[in-house]
Amino acid sequence: MTLTADLVIATAVAYVGLLFLIAYVGDRHTRNRTGGFLRSPFVYTLSISVYCTSWTFYGAVGSAARTGLEFATIYLGPTLVFVGWWFILRRLVRISHDQRITSIADLVSSRFGKSSRLAVLITILAVIVISPYIALQLKAVTSSIEAIAGASEFGRGSLEGWDDTGLAFGVAACMAMFTILFGTRNVDAKEQHHGVVAAIAFEAVVKLAALVTVGVFVVYISGGADAIFANAAAAGIEVHSTYTAADRWISSTLLAAGAIICLPRQFQVTVVENSDENHLRTACWLFPTYMVAMSLFILPIALYGLTAMPTGSNPDMFTLTLPLAAGNDGLALFAFIGGFSSATSMIILESIALSIMVSNHIVVPIMLRMTAGDGIGDGLGVRRLILNARRFSIILILFLGFSYFYLTRGSDALAPIGLISFTGVVQFLPAVLAGLFWRDATAKAATVAIFVGFLVWLWSSFMPSFSSSSATVAAIMADGPFGIGWLRPQSLFGLEGLDPLAHAAFWSLFLNTTILIVGSLITNQSALEHVQAALFLNVFRKQAGEANPIRSTATADDLFLVARRVLGHQRAVNLFSEEAKQTRMPWTNLEPSTAFIRQLERELAGSIGAASAHVMLSKVVSGDTVSLEEVMQMADETQQAIEYSQELERTSAELRATAEKLEVANRELRRVDMQKDEFLSQVSHEVRTPMTAIRAFTEILMSHRNLATDARERFVGTIHKESLRLTSLLDEILDLSTLERGERVWENYAIDAEESLDQALGVCDALARQNNTTVKSGTRVGKAIILADPYRLSQVMINLVSNAIKYNEAPHPEVEIHSRIRGRNYVVEVQDNGLGIPEEEKPHIFDKFYRGRSGDATPYAGAGLGLPISREIILRMNGKLELVSGAEGACFRITLPLSDEQEVSQSG
Amino acid sequence: MAIDILIAEDEPSIIEALDFVLKRAGWSVNTVTEGDEILDAVRRQSPRVLLLDVMLPKRSGFEVLKQIRADKVTASLPVLVLTAKGQQQDRRIAEELGADAFITKPYSNADVVSTVRTLLNGSTKT
Repeated sequence: MTLTADLVIATAVAYVGLLFLIAYVGDRHTRNRTGGFLRSPFVYTLSISVYCTSWTFYGAVGSAARTGLEFATIYLGPTLVFVGWWFILRRLVRISHDQRITSIADLVSSRFGKSSRLAVLITILAVIVISPYIALQLKAVTSSIEAIAGASEFGRGSLEGWDDTGLAFGVAACMAMFTILFGTRNVDAKEQHHGVVAAIAFEAVVKLAALVTVGVFVVYISGGADAIFANAAAAGIEVHSTYTAADRWISSTLLAAGAIICLPRQFQVTVVENSDENHLRTACWLFPTYMVAMSLFILPIALYGLTAMPTGSNPDMFTLTLPLAAGNDGLALFAFIGGFSSATSMIILESIALSIMVSNHIVVPIMLRMTAGDGIGDGLGVRRLILNARRFSIILILFLGFSYFYLTRGSDALAPIGLISFTGVVQFLPAVLAGLFWRDATAKAATVAIFVGFLVWLWSSFMPSFSSSSATVAAIMADGPFGIGWLRPQSLFGLEGLDPLAHAAFWSLFLNTTILIVGSLITNQSALEHVQAALFLNVFRKQAGEANPIRSTATADDLFLVARRVLGHQRAVNLFSEEAKQTRMPWTNLEPSTAFIRQLERELAGSIGAASAHVMLSKVVSGDTVSLEEVMQMADETQQAIEYSQELERTSAELRATAEKLEVANRELRRVDMQKDEFLSQVSHEVRTPMTAIRAFTEILMSHRNLATDARERFVGTIHKESLRLTSLLDEILDLSTLERGERVWENYAIDAEESLDQALGVCDALARQNNTTVKSGTRVGKAIILADPYRLSQVMINLVSNAIKYNEAPHPEVEIHSRIRGRNYVVEVQDNGLGIPEEEKPHIFDKFYRGRSGDATPYAGAGLGLPISREIILRMNGKLELVSGAEGACFRITLPLSDEQEVSQSG
Repeated sequence: MAIDILIAEDEPSIIEALDFVLKRAGWSVNTVTEGDEILDAVRRQSPRVLLLDVMLPKRSGFEVLKQIRADKVTASLPVLVLTAKGQQQDRRIAEELGADAFITKPYSNADVVSTVRTLLNGSTKT
């Protein structure tokens, strides 16, 4: 088997194809089944092993060859975290599950009051900080391809004409493409990528197998581990006992420990991709075991390489060059694939993690702000936008990595580059730890702390790595900017003699932590920060499924905050001091009892409604965050409550109005009822009066047989007259009652009103003569067509004319009749020259059974129904009967609308 | 000149009938037709019994009764109230105001005569 660059590249492409297949199958697998092998703790642990990159695969050997056991610190740090401080990881995982955390930036931002400023800061810093790390992978892959190409007797193959830079660019471009294909196929709400994780786990197995195989091979060809150490000692190579400065040891261990938490990709696999908290139990022993296995053969390979390889060979490539030198091309290819695995897994995951941060914390917020108000109803568009943002981020991240690679190509060691990234990324650690364990840490302090830490890193760790490629940087390194010595990047503030790594780590973390602590003490938290801090700190107090009833797990402070917001300061203070008094506890130590929380809930319910109060308190007490939707929901509920109360108010107003109407109707009914009683009483009286006369005379006739004939005849005549009176009275009552019910018992049709008037005058003629009354016809229309019943109209006119005759006490009684057309009406007036109707009687003249003073005195005393009946009749003809005021004597006027027929004849 | 009976009534037919019946019974009878004339007539004619209709023009019978009872001279005059309304309420009011008898129209002549007789006898005793 002959190994060529082309073969290697072809193998690499085939290998990536295999990874795709695994990712695809992995996605399908987890979609169809919940659980299964891919969700086992072993896959989880293997995916965490993405920590072991080509830095570990190649660089650790180089590091061991240069500085002995120092490489072990890179494994020591994470081991300490997983074995000793796994509770930090557990807390991280729990919080992130509860809060739906998608990245390290999201975590810190969420803890510090959902500060978007913090999220953006961390995202940008992470992208910058990771670029050396990406460069490291590019460099490793490029070097490994170059190593094979250089050793091949067939030359560079299709790589002919490509230099390091071109190759690295090609690798970066391919990696960008792989990552885009891998990681941005869809957007998952939980940002979990089961397929990718499966591929990463597979790569973890491949790289471990490759390194172990190379290690075993090396031990085998060198005649055993003892022989390797003996040969090395014989050659005067004492790397395994090389003394490394304590400051560097401590620094790199600390940095590695921090990095395992803070590296975006580690956070992604350990926290975000975690599907079961219990997997951590396995990971906390299995991951360190994996690292031990990875590091087991590092020292033998390094020592053997140093002794067996020619002087000047790149120790970083020993893993690859030793099999090549031994002529074992197959193993060399396997080693290459191992290293390639390490690099690809790191690049893919790191880019995915960073792209999530960029899209979630920078692109989406900007997009939301730009499209605010338009309503982002098109979920598909948003999804496409997010995916494009991620694709762009991936390209950007790899481009930055390539740029770093290009600018620092002078330096050839891998490990120092990795440590630069570690130092940078660890700047997030103080804020993360404070967020997890210190209630009073504030967003302002965290923001400034991270920023200052980053600046120090930029100055004393990132920039110095350019010293080999930039003369300016080299000058600053030597003399400080503008010759200011205490600003020299590797001896800041006059701190000399420290290892550059330790120096950068010390100053950045020292300033970072100091600012965080002091800043938190002198600044205040916002309300949301306070709530979020409580949620983070109390994450383990909440029992699963315990939402109701609310249990006392919140601190008095949190409850007070909520109470104050809803009830106002004074009421909240009163409530809490009362409770403090009862429990004889100082405020600060107040342990809210269930009863107190229930009381508080009632108090809140009074202000915001029971549902909202419960939700709100549940959030605080059982430690769940209040999401935007829930806040909206609460606001909606409050709005509904307001609307409901408005509704109630309106309804009660309506009720009041209805009650008033009822009251009015009731009064009206009572009035009508009384009227009816009064009417019946009057009817009774009117009927009894003629009946009394009839009975009295009938009895007289019956008991006095010997009456004189004239008396007898007079009495019989009176009986007859009273009978007639009774009959007409009853007729009138029935007539009026019918009219008053609104019925019209006749048909209105076009008639000449003047004819009816003439007829009425004819009827009254005899009466007039009997009373010596002159009835004069004044102005007359001659013809007036109206819609009416002629008999009924005559009845009214007879009533008016006869009244005028009967109740006229003038010495020369006269009645004058006028008729005319006024506008579209026919008007008749009946005027007499009597005393007129006294002022006090005028309002009652149309009342039933009302008889004026004059009416009673005359022998014509009627029942008092004539005028009310007349008025009702005219009303049914759409006309009006009224007493004309101001006239001498009495004057009654009838006004009736002319029919269309009359109008035509008038105008024509 | 004192009379036996004063009739206060506005219906001509009823006046005629009462006048006939009471005169036949042997009493002297006089009539007033308006409410505001009654008190004066009572003072001047000093009737032994007053037949009082409730529904009178100008002043109601009840009002007149109240005045009669309020005046020391006429307070003890026996009064027979006649009414065409015939409701229980009228009878109660009449009793409260101090009417001695109450007859509803239409009445039987015999009832009126016997009641007047009783009242006349009562007044002679006292």
